[in-house]
This record gives sequence, C-alpha cells and structure tokens, in this order.
Amino acid sequence: MTATTIDKDEIARFTAMAETWWDPNGKFKPLHKFNPVRLAYIRNEAIDHFGRDGTSRRPFEGLSLLDIGCGGGLLSEPMARLGATVTGADASERNIAIAKIHAEGAGLDIDYVATTAEALADAGKEFDVVLNMEVVEHVADVPLYLKSCARLVRPGGLMFLATINRTAKAFALAIVGAEYVLGWLPRGTHSYAKFLTPEEIVSILSREGLTIRDRTGVTYSPLRDEWGRSRDMSVNYMLLAQKPKG
Amino acid sequence: MGEISRYDIAIVGGGPVGLTLAASLLRFQPDLSVAIIDRRPFAVPSDARASALAAGVRRVLEAIGLWCLVADEATPIEHMRITDSGHGDRARPLFLSFDGDVAPGLPYAHMVPNTALMQALLGRLTGRVDLLGPVTVAGFSADAHSARVVLADGETIEAPLVVAADGAQSELRQMAGIGTIGHAYGQSGLVTTIAHAIDHHRTAWEHFRPAGPFASLPLAERRSSLVFTETSAEAERLKTLAPDELAGVIEAAMGSALGAVEIIGQVQVFPLRLQIARDFHADRLALIGDAAHVVHPIAGQGLNLGLKDVAALTELVISAMRLGRDHGSADVLSHYARWRRFDTALMALMTDALNRLFSNDVAPIRAARDLGVGIVDRLPTVKSALMRHAAAIGGGEPKLMRGLML
Repeated sequence: MTATTIDKDEIARFTAMAETWWDPNGKFKPLHKFNPVRLAYIRNEAIDHFGRDGTSRRPFEGLSLLDIGCGGGLLSEPMARLGATVTGADASERNIAIAKIHAEGAGLDIDYVATTAEALADAGKEFDVVLNMEVVEHVADVPLYLKSCARLVRPGGLMFLATINRTAKAFALAIVGAEYVLGWLPRGTHSYAKFLTPEEIVSILSREGLTIRDRTGVTYSPLRDEWGRSRDMSVNYMLLAQKPKG
Repeated sequence: MGEISRYDIAIVGGGPVGLTLAASLLRFQPDLSVAIIDRRPFAVPSDARASALAAGVRRVLEAIGLWCLVADEATPIEHMRITDSGHGDRARPLFLSFDGDVAPGLPYAHMVPNTALMQALLGRLTGRVDLLGPVTVAGFSADAHSARVVLADGETIEAPLVVAADGAQSELRQMAGIGTIGHAYGQSGLVTTIAHAIDHHRTAWEHFRPAGPFASLPLAERRSSLVFTETSAEAERLKTLAPDELAGVIEAAMGSALGAVEIIGQVQVFPLRLQIARDFHADRLALIGDAAHVVHPIAGQGLNLGLKDVAALTELVISAMRLGRDHGSADVLSHYARWRRFDTALMALMTDALNRLFSNDVAPIRAARDLGVGIVDRLPTVKSALMRHAAAIGGGEPKLMRGLML
C-alpha cells in the first residue's frame, strides 16, 4: 500500500469519504444495490469460461483482472476476495486514494493506480479479465476508449461491460426516474446523448477482434427491491465479450 | 493488549444453535476459519431432555449431514392430539388432531435427545474449528472492517462477523447495546421425563388447561418428555412433591391418556417469558437463537426458531462469500435481521395468542374456542396449512428448510 505518500489530514479526509463510498445506505446506495447482480454474472461466467471450481472460496486464484473506473473499489474488493490478482484503475486520484485506504483496512492486496485505459494499453498491459462496468456512458471518445479496453484483454480472456441503453424507456427510468423522481443519483450523473445501444458497442468491439459471448438485460424489481437479470435490454444491460486465443 | 487471533467468523456460545451454525457454514465453505467461544467446557452435557425438531429443521440437519448421526435416536411424532380441559374435568374432550406426514415420508416432527445432537455436533466440529473455552467474554467492539471479542484471558478474537449465540441472557447483546422487549408470563414450565403404562403410539399430546398448556412428547419405548406449564408458585410447589405424588398430579392432568405414570428424569422448573431483541443485528454482529428471541414453549418452537436463524444466516453469509462480498457487512446483516425478526415476531404473536386463548377458564371464551377448534378440525385444508406452518415448511423460508442446497 502506498497511502503513505499522502499527508495525515488527507488520509482522514479520504477515510471519511471511503466510509461514504462503502455505506450501503449512503450516497452510493444504487451501486451497492446493483452490485450483487453484476458480481454474480462475472463470477458465474468467468468460472465457466476458465473452468474454475465453483465450490472454492477463491475460484479466481491466478487470474489477472483489471477493474476500469474502479471508484472506491466496490468491484475490485470482491474480485480480490475471490482470489484474482486485481488492478483497479481510475482517472480520479481522489478515488484511488479512497480505494487504497479501504482495501488496506479490509486487508486486501489490490494494485490501485490513477490512470486511464489508454495509458495502460499503451504500456502494453494485458489481463485475463477486464471489467468495464458503468464507465462507457461517461467517456468522451467512445471508439478510442473501447479500442483501448479491447487491447487490454489477453487472448483467450474476457471483457465484461455494463451500461445504459439509449431508448425512450432508459431516458424515462435512468434519468427522469433515478435522478429527478427517486433521487437515487445526483442530477446530471448521466447524459442521454452519451448512452449507447448494444449494437453500437458490439460493432466497435467486433472491429477490435472481440466476439460477443452473451448479452443480458438488468432490471429493477420494486417489489423485491432488487436488481435481477432479464431479457429486457432496453434500459440497463451487460455484455460479455471474448478475445479469441492468439 | 494480549494476542490477536483472526478468523472468518467468531461464534460466542457453544450450545446446539451456535454449533449447528458452525457445522452448517463449514458444510458449504469447508475452508472457513471459525472460532467458537463458550464459558463452559466443550463437552456433551448430562441432559436427559429431548427437543422436538420440526420437519423443516430436520431438512436443515439433513442438508448439513448431521441428521444421519442422530436419526437412530430420534422418535418421530406421527400424531398430535390437542385437548381443551377445564378445572376438574376428568374426561378430556378431543378437539384437534393431526395425523400423518407433512410431506410423504416427512413426519411432523422428531424428538431428538439433546445429548445425541450435542455429541454429533462436537464430533463433527472437533479439529475443524477452534473451540475456545471455558472462557468468558470481557469486551466487544466493531469498526468498518471487523469486530473484536476480548476474552477474559486477555486474548482478542478478530473477525469480520461475530455471532451471538450466547443465550437468553446474552452478554454480547448487552455489550452491543441492543435492548429487548417482552414480558414474563407469570407461568413456569416444569420439565421432566416420564415412563408410562400405555404406549404413546408416537403421539404428542397437548392438553390446554386454565393454568397453562401441558404437553407430552413421545420418546423411545414407553417414555415421554413433559412440559407442564403452571403458575410459577404452583410449579415451585410441584417441584417439592415426592416423585409418586407428582406422578399422580401428572396422570390426572393428562386425563390418564398414557395410563399410570412414573417420574424417571430430573424435575426442573423454568420461569416462562417472551423476550425479543429490539434488533437482530448491530455492526458486525448477528444475534441467533435465544440471544435473539425467547418464546413461550406452547408450540415447542424455541430450538426450531434458533435453527431457522442458522438456516437463514448460513444462506446469506454463503451467498455473500460466493460473490466475494464482505460477509459481515451491514447489507448482509440488515437483510438477516429483517428476515428473521419478522418471522420471529409472527411466531411470538401466535404462541402468545394461543397461550392467552387457552390459559383461562372463562366460559364464553371456552365456548368460542371449542367452536373454533372444532371447525378447524373439520376443514382439512386449513388444518394442513396450520400443521405445515407449525412444521415450518412453506414459502419465504430459508432454502435449507425447503430441502434445497446452497
């Protein structure tokens, strides 16, 4: 852990912010609610693809994994607990500091770096699994970003991608509903014009040599207060892409 | 500060509920590190009593591979006979009877000797978990990542999840600042074992009397376990009677359903009360068994509720671990607390209402309940729903109680 390069007041401030990130009823409640469904998807598909033992507590032992846009580490930490060798990347220095402090407290060894997908790809890094969850709808240059992500997948490896579709229903639920009516997310979190359809993403990834293994919708059930997988991809959806073996 | 030892889970309380939790977690995640802490030595107690385990709970024990170790000593309860008896009644009118199985091959409940269950649990866990005791707990604290249990010998046990299974007077519950609600019933349960002249035909009898319910539960051969509810003063008086005098009182209370009675076990008296913890969780702490709830023994649900807690907590902890989530986080524990506290409150209300309904001799109430129970006995579907509920089988139940694996 390299949190020692930050001064003491900063550490106190980041610790407080880490508590916010990790409070299941706090500011990031929607992400906490969303976490189980995406974790289960990643776990099951990766165990299947890499032929891992589902009964083991650390089925990802020996797999290298990159979590792009890792934020406070809500995905990186579970992946490390499952045994993966995790690199968490986030463009925000602040997020990286928060994530480092939290992982240290939890006793998890995660390599958090403040960097971008482009920089990692240019440095020639490759991973067995690349997590690209809820990021693509926030980036400026989508084709360049997805191309970099594709380069980061080792031949034979997987990329998981989750985002929001560009449909009238997505506008109604993800922006009007989540930001204005329910107040789940701060206003301005998402911008409709930046949403991408599955076809748009698939077409870019295919050009970069990835094959699409699976696609699934993710919907919220108000009765159960739970997110679950569904065939309806019109709002939230996830894609699983594979880079063919070299 | 003394030495610090780190575990995945620390369980305070080495009774049947705490030990079953450890066995159940290890069944589904064999490489877990578990510490169990108890103020008493870890040994099979000399306890002649037996517990009625409901069909759903038997499924839990089957799923974790413990049932086969106690099955030989378990007596199935295949019939239930419920009578409503006023003061001085000699003949016992029969109002409600249950027969057969809740599901094919699954009797309503089994009577399992406490020693058999403890022996199976300790046999299973010895060498697989750290059994720390006898030692008392001196302190408890929790932060964002783990909880610490400080032992009286100076050692500190640190774990992301600590479970309080330390009974009705739970010290851990008090250290975590969780209060309880409830009331004393002014009744005491007199518990003993009897031999009797007439075979019980694997029948459980429950005689509702003005002073409180009186239950006999079938053990091997012509023996039964008794729970005799009386006003606390009367229970204390009964305890001082000579064995043959007490046997006479019991025989009369049972309307001679089992013939001549002989006391063959120790006579113990327990004050009865309803007690439910205000919350079943705190930061990095889950309450299970009597630490979370003590209900009236009228429906024989004490240990069953505790083992249901075990099934629910196992399901949530194992599914969190499978996803790599922090298994002691507020997400997991608040889910556990909501799930179990609702079910417990329902059971507490039911047993409380049953007790109030039957523990009186007011003529109109007796007439009403005669009518009510009489109607229930004539409606097979209502009766089967009631019976299945009492056997703890149904929707919304933990997977392990529905015979599903995790």
